[in-house]
Amino acid sequence: MADTGTNPICLEARALECVRDDRTLFHDLDFRLDPGQALVLEGRNGSGKTSLLRILCGIRLPDAGSVNWNGSDIARLGADYLQHIAWVGHRDGMKLDLTPRENLAMARALGRPNDIGLDAALDRVELGGFEDVPTRNLSAGQQRRLALARLLVTDTTLWLLDEPFTSLDVHGILVIEQLLERHTARGGMLAVTSHHAVNLHDTPVQRINLSA
Amino acid sequence: MNTDSLPRAFMVLVRRDLVLAIRHRAEIANPLLFFILVTSLFPLGIGANPKLLVAVGPGIIWVAALLASLLSLDSVFRSDFDDGSLEQYLLSSHPVSVLVLAKIIAHWLITGLPLLLVSPLLGILLGLPSEAIQVLFITLLLGTPVLSLIGAVGVALTVGLRKGGMILSLLVLPLYIPLLIFAAGAVDSAAAGLPVTAHLSLIAALLVLALSLSPFATAAALRVSLS
Repeated sequence: MADTGTNPICLEARALECVRDDRTLFHDLDFRLDPGQALVLEGRNGSGKTSLLRILCGIRLPDAGSVNWNGSDIARLGADYLQHIAWVGHRDGMKLDLTPRENLAMARALGRPNDIGLDAALDRVELGGFEDVPTRNLSAGQQRRLALARLLVTDTTLWLLDEPFTSLDVHGILVIEQLLERHTARGGMLAVTSHHAVNLHDTPVQRINLSA
Repeated sequence: MNTDSLPRAFMVLVRRDLVLAIRHRAEIANPLLFFILVTSLFPLGIGANPKLLVAVGPGIIWVAALLASLLSLDSVFRSDFDDGSLEQYLLSSHPVSVLVLAKIIAHWLITGLPLLLVSPLLGILLGLPSEAIQVLFITLLLGTPVLSLIGAVGVALTVGLRKGGMILSLLVLPLYIPLLIFAAGAVDSAAAGLPVTAHLSLIAALLVLALSLSPFATAAALRVSLS
């Protein structure tokens, strides 16, 4: 945290390689993500988009190369890196027997809380009025929006999203795109996989196609 | 900020698991019912000879407690793994071992504590003398947390496997055996009117050992399971 003054915030991948079941999904992958930018990962099913995201958040180790945050390897940074990132995988990470508010309270406790209220965060993803309904009773799209509301309740810079638009309707996609746009406008960073078109108009977008 | 948010995360996680267990009562009832049923079936099976029951009673209660705990182990991390919560713990800025300890404590409160509370009744049912019942209670108080702590390591290692139940038992049961020997031995000695301090000290030592090592081993195993 203290060294952000000397090194500007950036996420850098150097010569990343990922091997799965003896198949090389990608190799010698280099890119750099600066504040305010978005990275969109494209490619066919099984091309390694999710694996790359999981490497970027540190759950999975790369088979070669390194991921650097502000110039230091994330494997060595540990919690100093994790406190800056938020991850929404293709599993929502929400308990179906809890209410949306209880789920968000847990998400907030696991990270660095910010000053946005839980109800305000639910309103932002248009789940106002569903605070006390068991998550099980929400529709698939609503559950997805709840998972994405988790991004709002902690103070993070880099959002790693695996297929954020799954099961969202057209309006839901619009709501989430506005959320993402607002994050990058405030200097946040974004790494997204999606087979929907990601329409971010005001954000510089880098696209990496893993099946190319 | 990080210093006071860690105890908060710990408390929120324990409370959340308790709320989930209360909304899902079968999780509490199942191991408890198993424990009571197994123990109360033995007198029917081997005959209600009081001498015989006092001799085998401590062993029966402890074996039943051990199997009941094994039965409930998978629930420590299974649902978290299935719904993606486990990824969120690993990516939390808090130390994973502390979050894991919160999960284990919640698991003990949900599955271990009820066993502990009904154990005196089962002791009476088997006709154990009152000194033995007291010692039984103390061994379960010290021992059931050890079952949860050791079990958590095994669950963390097998949670990524689709059919991990069998391997889990094979991994964990051998580690339970020392505890079983000392605990049943302590209750036996108490029933025979012998001193039990040595047994209890050994069980307490096992608890301290498990408490200090298991959270780290579990956290490391979870990383392996998820990568």
